[in-house]
Amino acid sequence: MGKNVLVIEDEPNIIEAISFILSRDGWSVATHSNGHDAVGVVQKAMPDLVILDVMLPGKTGYDILRELRSEDATHGLPVLMLTAKGQVKDREMAERAGASRFMTKPFSNAEVLDAVRELVAG
Amino acid sequence: MNAKHTIPFLERQSYRRRRLIDTIRTLPVIGAVLWGVPLLWRQSDAADVVMTSDAIIYIFSVWLLLVVGGGWLARNLKRSDAEETERER
Amino acid sequence: MGTLNILVGVCLIYVAFLFLVAFAAERAALEGKGAWLRSPIIYTLSLSIYCTAWTFYGAVGYAARSGLEYLTIYIGPSLVMIGWWWLLRKLVRIGRSQRITSIADLISSRYGKSNLLAVGVTVLAVIGTTPYIALQLQSVTVSFDVFSSAYGAELTDSAQGSNALLVAAGLALFTIIFGTRNLDVNERHHGVVMAVAVEAIVKLLALTAVGIFVVWGLAGGVGDTLARIDASEIGQWQMRGDRWGTLIFLSGAAFLCLPRMFQVMVVENEDEDHLRTASWAFPAYLMVMSLFVVPIAVVGLDLLPAGSNPDFFVLTVPLATGNDALAMLSFLGGFSSATSMVIVAALALSTMVSNHIVMPIWLSTQSGGASVSGDVRHVVLLSRRISIAAVVFLGYLYFRLSGGGTALASIGLVSFAGVAQFLPVLVGGIFWRGATRTGAFVGLSVGFVIWAYTLLLPSFGAGSLVSQTMLENGPLGLGWLRPQAFFGISGMDPLVHAIFWSILLNTMSFFIASLVGFPSPLERLQGAQFVNVFEHSSTPQSWGGSLAQTEDLMVMAQRIIGAREAQNLFEREAKRQGMSGLLPEPSPDFLQRLERELAGSVGAATAHAMIGQIVGGASVSVEDLMAVADETAQMMEYSSKLEAKSEEQARTARQLRQANEKLTLISEQKDSFLSQVSHELRTPMTSIRAFSEILRDSDRLTETEKTKYSSIIHDEALRLTRLLDDLLDLSVLESGRVNLNMQSGSLKGILDHAVASALTGAGADKMQVVRDNQQEDLMLNTDLDRLSQVFINLIGNAQKYCDSTTPKLRIDVGRANAALVVDFIDNGSGIPKTEQAVIFEKFSRTGVQKVKGAGLGLAICREIMTRLEGSVEYLPGQGGAAFRVTLPEQVAMAAQ
Repeated sequence: MGKNVLVIEDEPNIIEAISFILSRDGWSVATHSNGHDAVGVVQKAMPDLVILDVMLPGKTGYDILRELRSEDATHGLPVLMLTAKGQVKDREMAERAGASRFMTKPFSNAEVLDAVRELVAG
Repeated sequence: MNAKHTIPFLERQSYRRRRLIDTIRTLPVIGAVLWGVPLLWRQSDAADVVMTSDAIIYIFSVWLLLVVGGGWLARNLKRSDAEETERER
Repeated sequence: MGTLNILVGVCLIYVAFLFLVAFAAERAALEGKGAWLRSPIIYTLSLSIYCTAWTFYGAVGYAARSGLEYLTIYIGPSLVMIGWWWLLRKLVRIGRSQRITSIADLISSRYGKSNLLAVGVTVLAVIGTTPYIALQLQSVTVSFDVFSSAYGAELTDSAQGSNALLVAAGLALFTIIFGTRNLDVNERHHGVVMAVAVEAIVKLLALTAVGIFVVWGLAGGVGDTLARIDASEIGQWQMRGDRWGTLIFLSGAAFLCLPRMFQVMVVENEDEDHLRTASWAFPAYLMVMSLFVVPIAVVGLDLLPAGSNPDFFVLTVPLATGNDALAMLSFLGGFSSATSMVIVAALALSTMVSNHIVMPIWLSTQSGGASVSGDVRHVVLLSRRISIAAVVFLGYLYFRLSGGGTALASIGLVSFAGVAQFLPVLVGGIFWRGATRTGAFVGLSVGFVIWAYTLLLPSFGAGSLVSQTMLENGPLGLGWLRPQAFFGISGMDPLVHAIFWSILLNTMSFFIASLVGFPSPLERLQGAQFVNVFEHSSTPQSWGGSLAQTEDLMVMAQRIIGAREAQNLFEREAKRQGMSGLLPEPSPDFLQRLERELAGSVGAATAHAMIGQIVGGASVSVEDLMAVADETAQMMEYSSKLEAKSEEQARTARQLRQANEKLTLISEQKDSFLSQVSHELRTPMTSIRAFSEILRDSDRLTETEKTKYSSIIHDEALRLTRLLDDLLDLSVLESGRVNLNMQSGSLKGILDHAVASALTGAGADKMQVVRDNQQEDLMLNTDLDRLSQVFINLIGNAQKYCDSTTPKLRIDVGRANAALVVDFIDNGSGIPKTEQAVIFEKFSRTGVQKVKGAGLGLAICREIMTRLEGSVEYLPGQGGAAFRVTLPEQVAMAAQ
């Protein structure tokens, strides 16, 4: 265990909630809260999993994901996308951008935990 | 329905006026006919010839009749015109 | 010889008096004091120029030769006047409404403004009138001669000639002075009319005086006079019926067609109502004028030696009985008759000659054509003056050349028959819309040729212009063409023969040629205008000021190029000329532009004619142009119908597409809004759910953690509530269903409250607020709660977003553009330009989010300010973020 998870999210309360859930399960959690330099942060940290919000200040989650997928280093990085917009087209956009998993807010803690475990293991 | 009581009065006015104009139109016809009468008179070689003095009296009588008649009609027409404009106000 | 000198003196005094009268009348008219000049009596008296020297002297001669036949010359006009409602009324109305200047103008104007026709009529009128003017000159010289011979002073021929020349020059001078003093559009000459009226009284008095003298002074009363008449050689009714009827017709026709009669009856008419009076007063005048003719003739025949010229009995009877004063009065009467006729005839003819012959020629020699404007008036006056002199001189020339031998009456009748040829064209023109220019031209030509052939040429006597053989055997031996026996019908009176054939063939050819031909649009237009003159003009119209012309142009232009286009054009022009309103001055510049615009629709020629006719004050009225415009519009409509249809379909499709696009846009906006609302709701819910699950599932939480997580849940729940409140608020504001609670309060109080509310709970980083109490000392009357909400929001935003280390907010109150403005300026880094445009949109938030907000605040502020009839805007260039709240002036005013 002890794998690294990077949470990119702009809502402090949500960051806190996710950090709490994952840390309690034994994950080491890093956080980042804006979109501009998110790609660089990911490349530098090279976590085992990225939890990515869609609506970020500076750059949308979709754009960040597409950039990550175009880089060799992060091409296969598992990315869990979170969005507060629960429409079908949002899910489609996430899949096209290359999301490994897509979850709609509000989520249940257990769901997030399960997804993280699955993505890192698989 | 109320208007029915006033219409005859107005109608009567313009009816009078139209008949007045008819009379004015007729006057020259009357004049022409009366002044045409000398055409029927016998010429000088006939037995009962018309004397010039009689002819003068006849022709000038017609003239006077037309002048007086025309003057009377013109006066009435003016009065009727005045009433017309009065009513239009 | 002494009496002769007195006569010359009296004559000169009389002439001077006439000049004075004319001058005074002109003066009075100019000063606007001429009400009495425009009385129906003056009008009636002016008509008396019908009675010329031919009447004054000639009637007695006529009676002495032919008995009562002379009466026909006065019965005809009497009937025409009595029947004024039929013809004269219409003629006068047309003359006034169409601004007719002469009979030639009337005929040419009716038949499509044909100048050829006008020239024809003018030439014929001159031919018909010249002998008549000669006749007047002759009568003056002969009467002078008679007078002087009675005193034993025989005048030589050359003296007679110079007398005539003197008279002619004097008359020309008078006519030039009073006939061309100014160029009146109405062609009214008060001086001339007044002088003519005075002369009318003089001749009536003179003839009546002689008559009374003869009846009661010489014949011994009415009864004796009648007896003497019956005993004389004209004592029995001797009348050829054909002559009686024909002459009544002829004199009636001439009364209508004589250029000088047309001048006084139609052109100089001041008021249509005058006709009503003249309808009976003028027949009365004629009746009195002819009353004493037979007595004078009979007494003259008795009294004077056989062989005396009966044409001058009026003069010779008083002379023979030693009544010099009466003779002098009689001479003045004859003089008046002659002069008034010459003056008016010269005036009428000169108008025709100048307008239809001289001016067109002059204009065609000018390179600029009709566009020359400056000195045209001067040229017109000059041309009038020359024409007057020419017409009078022509009369003098005729008098000198003809030798003055013929009996006066026969010239008069020949002249009458000549102008009577206008009658069919005139009457047909005003009663029959089908009459055409070709018809008029053919009819007039035929009539005049026959008149000249059967009456004018033979009148010079057999062997002078028409040979005796031709009279007897016809031209080239064609018997049926004998000048006085057409088609072999001999035995007719030559005069009756000429009138019968000329008028009959004139009318027939006019009629037939009209039926066969096809009139031009302008002809049809004018035809309708003349025939239906009473429908077209309820009151005689006159062009008002120049702006009225512009209005007419506008009405016409609207018909042709469409209302909107025309209004735009006119408004543009008015603005260009620096005038307010819709109507520009009709400047040449504007007219040219308008003409070009119109030309696009109706063609250049028509446009030119139309504008010319309105601006030139010519005789085509606005209604005519309307008719043409309508016609054109109909044709254009017809031809462009299909085009219009497809255009309309395209338009409908375009509209549908636009509606569709709009619907799509609204739908997209709705989706986007819902999506945003969803996002804004889900975000706090995520926190709430996550932490409530943590609290539920974890047993090993510290008290601090529990408290912290519970308060997060609490805050997020509050955030949700606020969001829902904002959404509801916005929806109410946007739908316009908001009820404003209008109150009065001081601006200072509101700001105090707003600052306090917005900064509640702010801790150490509490922002400094700078205010000016004096500026804020204002009373407002508006929805204070809503305004306060806006202020709180703006102050709150400053508090939230100002990134200065020592945050400071300045609240400025002032006035700009008659409105009250409240500026909120902080010392932060402000809002980037790219975002300034969107900050008022729903759910837009700027920059890095320090604070939670749904992004509806400014959207709500904007809605509130719209409801309060003010606005809230971002104020760029103030250093920090700056917002300006604008309130309408009356909000502040109402409270003061």
